[in-house]
Amino acid sequence: MTAQDRSATARYTVERWTRLSRLTMTGIGALVVVLALVPLALTTYVVEQLTELFLLAILAAMWNALAGYGGLISIGQQAFLGLGAYATIFIAQRGVPPYLAMVLAALVAGAIALPISVLVLRLRGGQFAIGTWVVAEVLALLIALDHDLGGGTGVSLTGLNIYPPDDRQAYTYWLTLGFGAVLLGLIFGVLRSPTGAALQAIRDDEEAAASLGVRVDTSKLLLFVLAAFGCGAAGALTLANTLFIQPQSIFGVSWTAYMIFMVLVGGLGTFEGPLIGAVVFFAIQHWFADLGAWYLIGLGATAIAFALLLPRGLWGWVEHRFHLRLFPLGYRLERAAQREP
Amino acid sequence: MIWVSVVIQGVLLGAVYSLFACGLSLMFGVMRIINLAHGDIAVVGAYLAWVVATKAGVSPFVSLIVILPAMLVVGYALQVALLARSLRGGQLVPLLTTFGLAIVIQNVLLEIFSPDVRSLGASAGAITKSSWRITDALAISWFGVAILVVAVLVLGGLDVFLRRTALGREMRATAQDPDAAQLVGVDARAVYARATAIAVATAALAGTFLAIRSTFEPSSGPTQLIFAFEAVVIGGTGSLWGTLVGGIVLGVAQTIGAHIHPQYSMLAGHLVFLAVLASPRGRMLLARSART
Amino acid sequence: MTLLSVERLDARHGLLHAVRGVSLALAEGEKLALVGANGAGKTTLLRALAGAHPAAAGTVRFDGADITALPAHRRVALGIALVPEGRRLFPEMTVVENLLVAGRHRRPGPWTVDTVLDAFPLLRPLRHRRAANLSGGEQQATAIGRALMTNPRLLLLDEVSLGLAPQAVDAVYESLTGLIASGTTVVLVEQDLARGMQIADRVICLLEGRIVLEGAAAELTRERVTAAYFGLGGLGGAGGKP
Repeated sequence: MTAQDRSATARYTVERWTRLSRLTMTGIGALVVVLALVPLALTTYVVEQLTELFLLAILAAMWNALAGYGGLISIGQQAFLGLGAYATIFIAQRGVPPYLAMVLAALVAGAIALPISVLVLRLRGGQFAIGTWVVAEVLALLIALDHDLGGGTGVSLTGLNIYPPDDRQAYTYWLTLGFGAVLLGLIFGVLRSPTGAALQAIRDDEEAAASLGVRVDTSKLLLFVLAAFGCGAAGALTLANTLFIQPQSIFGVSWTAYMIFMVLVGGLGTFEGPLIGAVVFFAIQHWFADLGAWYLIGLGATAIAFALLLPRGLWGWVEHRFHLRLFPLGYRLERAAQREP
Repeated sequence: MIWVSVVIQGVLLGAVYSLFACGLSLMFGVMRIINLAHGDIAVVGAYLAWVVATKAGVSPFVSLIVILPAMLVVGYALQVALLARSLRGGQLVPLLTTFGLAIVIQNVLLEIFSPDVRSLGASAGAITKSSWRITDALAISWFGVAILVVAVLVLGGLDVFLRRTALGREMRATAQDPDAAQLVGVDARAVYARATAIAVATAALAGTFLAIRSTFEPSSGPTQLIFAFEAVVIGGTGSLWGTLVGGIVLGVAQTIGAHIHPQYSMLAGHLVFLAVLASPRGRMLLARSART
Repeated sequence: MTLLSVERLDARHGLLHAVRGVSLALAEGEKLALVGANGAGKTTLLRALAGAHPAAAGTVRFDGADITALPAHRRVALGIALVPEGRRLFPEMTVVENLLVAGRHRRPGPWTVDTVLDAFPLLRPLRHRRAANLSGGEQQATAIGRALMTNPRLLLLDEVSLGLAPQAVDAVYESLTGLIASGTTVVLVEQDLARGMQIADRVICLLEGRIVLEGAAAELTRERVTAAYFGLGGLGGAGGKP
């Protein structure tokens, strides 16, 4: 090879960060700090609203983790919402401080996902969807039979009564923010790891991925347990907000409807999408919830419209159109400008 | 002796479930979609029967004469307008679209008809009250037997349609290999539309019978969807007669459960479903449908 | 009389440009052999002609009419039938049922279930057997018979010898010669060069989606075709690397 050839050969490096993503991550870090300070500075009403928003974000992120990264459409995540809420009651009834009970309950929900997964993960597509729904129904029925847990009429988390309402709202806020940060951090970590690439491969073509040695079952199990943990946390936090739960409501399928709406509108399979979807849903809920049945009709119709016309969702469209990537989740080839003499 | 009665009730209940299930099974077999709005479409059928029966003052059985053809058209339109586009989006989109549709239907019904629980039993006439008295402890309802007969006829009719007619052959061919089917002249879109039309009409029939036999309200759909799906899985996907068997097994499980304790009825059904899923047979039949 | 006319046809598989600017004309009754290595675009081209694959650019004319936008099932009614690669029978249906499905949309013509079974006598005793339980050769015969049921004017055959034992291939080609003698226009994709050139009037060789060689079968030698097949010369070939 001549010297000319060598100088014409550029070298490539693999980069994960861009200027934009560096900016984003710093921004996020600052945002979390600011958010943590909110209860000290703003009114309880604001704290309440933000708690609700974070809760929605958690739900959306969890459903997106299953469907967007794992290709698993679940219409039964309410099973884990209910498990998280009722486990909180159960643990609190044994004398554990309520906020600690919530954390433990979320872990319990994640643990219970393991035996459930044995049954449900062997299903595909629509069968998986309905299978998860049946599991939710079964859990609701089983819990309704237990009188210690309130049976069909419901039960309250009395342990929270020791806190004055403002303080309680603040503590719930911090726990929600904490869970949200941890869960999003976990998803982010999984996506950046080799498992993240494996998940993308599985989503695109399961057989091909398996033939390359990707552990399909383990990856799906990981997502399933993670989503169960997250939804369990959301259930416990919902209990903290409402103080009272009933099987029909916490195990109701409308939770899934909300999750699907948020993820479809925000952007299935993107990291930023569910967060945007949560904001949109939060806004819609506040403006339109009074409309009763029409509100749900609108939600359903919008979900259909997005599924058919804009399946990438809002953020997916933005990403596609402007080639934007806020978070350092991809790989890029960068040409290293080097000239050898 | 009481157990015989319980089992018989279960069989008759199962016949209703099989009627619900056959449309779901057909759509899944031909298009590989699970129509999550199937139960709600059945409830629409029930409400239509209620409207016709009250406005025209006729028995709901008579209203079926109007409703069934109407629902065939509705099903055809549903496929062409909504589901055809969903099919092109891969596996996720049809599930999301039909789920959205289910929500829309439930809430539209809620808006139009209010959440009141209704029943068509009263306007259906004496047949729904009469029964055969076999012994002191055992009575079999006329209507229950009638539903069983209708279920057998519908499933049998569908079976004959699929196996002996040209349109049925086209449907089976499209189910097995839609690409090869179009290469021999089969219009896949028309086949899918016909399948959806049949599914919607049978759902409306099942919904009407349910409304006569017991009660219904705007949110009755999802429960029926779950039962229909369980019947299909218990009986084995891919066989129409299997759907009848599955429905009956589910019905019997529920009545036995109810007999032990009223709150155990649905639970018993779910547990049988989960047991089938966990069994080797369950794994085998799911492998078969996953392979396609 | 030109039956099929293709002008600068382009077809893609996602980002892969499988067929690039292919133009050809086929007269009624002509037999064309389409050869080329794996991935050269032969199957995609046939499928585009049959309407099973969308054309990204270019025109396809059949009997003078522009059919580029016509879906596959409508082209069958016009008289184009494709015997797909890998047979693609309906596995759970019997031989007769496979034939009957195609028969529903046939044009008027001599082919019926009986005449097809006469043309492929090996199938007659198997006519009620499920297609999944047939051997490769029997499946191929059924697949060809199924296409014939539509009474096509243009028969497209994609790799009919693929995966078959030599005797089975012989049997298939024996039935084909009878067919071909009757004047059907045929486009045959065939990896077995000898067979292809035996049957065809004309040969076209594809390489990476483009036509690199075209000529009458009688005038081309195996060597020339082989060279074009592997991209070592031929029409406009720049000779490449030494």
